Amino acid sequence: MNRILPVLTVVVALIVLWYLGAVAMNAQWTRDQAARAGQELSFTGIVADTLSQDRPKLPAPHQVAAELWQTTVQKSITSKRSLVYHGWVTLSATLLGFAIGTGAGILLAVGIVHNRAMDMSVMPWAIASQTIPILAIAPMIIVVLNSIGIQGVLPKAIISAYLSFFPVVVGMVKGLRSPDAMQLDLLKTYGASGGETFRKLRLPSSMPYLFTSLKVGIAASLVGAIVGELPTGAVRGLGARLLSGSYYGQTVQIWAALIAAAALAAALVGVVGLIQRATLKRMGMER
Amino acid sequence: MTEPVITAEKLDLTFQTNDGPVQALRDVNLTINKGDFVSFIGPSGCGKTTFLRVIAALEHPTGGHITVNGMTPDEARQSRAYGYVFQAAGLYPWRTIAGNIKLPLEIMGFPKAEQEERVKNVLQLVDLEGFGKKYPWQLSGGMQQRASIARALAFDADILLMDEPFGALDEIVRDHLNEQLLALWARTQKTIGFVTHSIPEAVYLSTKIVVMSPRPGRIADVIESPLPRERPLEIRDTPEFIAVAHRVREGLRAGHSYD
Repeated sequence: MNRILPVLTVVVALIVLWYLGAVAMNAQWTRDQAARAGQELSFTGIVADTLSQDRPKLPAPHQVAAELWQTTVQKSITSKRSLVYHGWVTLSATLLGFAIGTGAGILLAVGIVHNRAMDMSVMPWAIASQTIPILAIAPMIIVVLNSIGIQGVLPKAIISAYLSFFPVVVGMVKGLRSPDAMQLDLLKTYGASGGETFRKLRLPSSMPYLFTSLKVGIAASLVGAIVGELPTGAVRGLGARLLSGSYYGQTVQIWAALIAAAALAAALVGVVGLIQRATLKRMGMER
Repeated sequence: MTEPVITAEKLDLTFQTNDGPVQALRDVNLTINKGDFVSFIGPSGCGKTTFLRVIAALEHPTGGHITVNGMTPDEARQSRAYGYVFQAAGLYPWRTIAGNIKLPLEIMGFPKAEQEERVKNVLQLVDLEGFGKKYPWQLSGGMQQRASIARALAFDADILLMDEPFGALDEIVRDHLNEQLLALWARTQKTIGFVTHSIPEAVYLSTKIVVMSPRPGRIADVIESPLPRERPLEIRDTPEFIAVAHRVREGLRAGHSYD
């Protein structure tokens, strides 16, 4: 209860602010409509109308909740209007991209730690890669891959990997370098090889750093997958829902897709957190 | 028991740093015999740790000559001539105490059954029976340092090199560990090189005390202790003990006279 109460307070405060914002932002349209029809509206009439418009500037929370309910529970998951269907499309690209990004990130980090030339050359490129807006590079990746016949989930996964490899590289490099000089000297006195030093000391030492990076990385993967869905002509996925919502002024649909994406991100980070706790506990590193 | 194990002749070591060369060791001549307990004492920067690291082939001299068991330090390491105990226990937090002690055995390729056997033996040697399955954080600082000594003993090297192993522990624990170390030395007949800051610790433990002075690091005095090998803690109140401690202090003071 001690942990739930503060969270609930914040949630309630946000919802109240949200309602106030919805009334304030949608009131203009209500007044214009009333003036056009030559009607006088009471204050309660204005409030009631602002919270039930079809295409509000800012939909009220209950409208978004109703949309979420309709597009998840009340639709079959194979329907093109089901958020579960679109969520799965995005999730599969996210997970594939996360796997590629994590793998690439770990390999790059191992290279950077063990090879001086890579240490000097790769890190600046990795940092530069993250300064390019993903929105600018995503369409090019889609177009280039499409021209060599690669379509479907892979281009999105690659955009997703592009965002998620970076935190893994940074975290793993720091983790693999975390053993101090004394621990390295100790292995030297045993005549341990580079491979043994890596397996027995560097890799286990890096685990806490890796998991912290994975949490950042999986959230970035989801963002990458959604961005990757935007230039494909808004066919499938949460990104497509966002884009088609904005084409047709369906603000309720946009907000429902946003909330779904946020919930998905929270769930993914939560899963990584659980794996982290289980792994570190098995390693005896969690007290 | 006068077979020389470590001999250093005219040993020089100069580090190249950003502030120019620093002479860490100059003209160090020393012989350590089998079964000796040799302490290196001196202020910071006197090269005592550096000398220990040269023996262990963690540093390489820039001049002079050193042999360990008649070999170069690098060859001696390959033949598992020594175990090294650092200032901090440095146990892996993700391994149990037994797992930590197995670490050198795994690297050196001992068979599994022998690993278990050796872990059991060295845990007994440092009085940590029954703690094999615990993780390092479940042990006190003194127990962790004992576990790290067990790790250095596990592969049964003839020489034990210890770099201020009890420096981070409080005096009461330190006394206790010093007594245990002497008992362990008596039982195993090992040759021990021991770096310390503490005069009473050096005098209490050693058969030979090497007093060093800084800038450049060199040997100021070598004292053969007249104390018997059997040493109860009370020996520290005897006139012989006080006389040796006095000579160590004189040696340290002489090394400082120029600054």
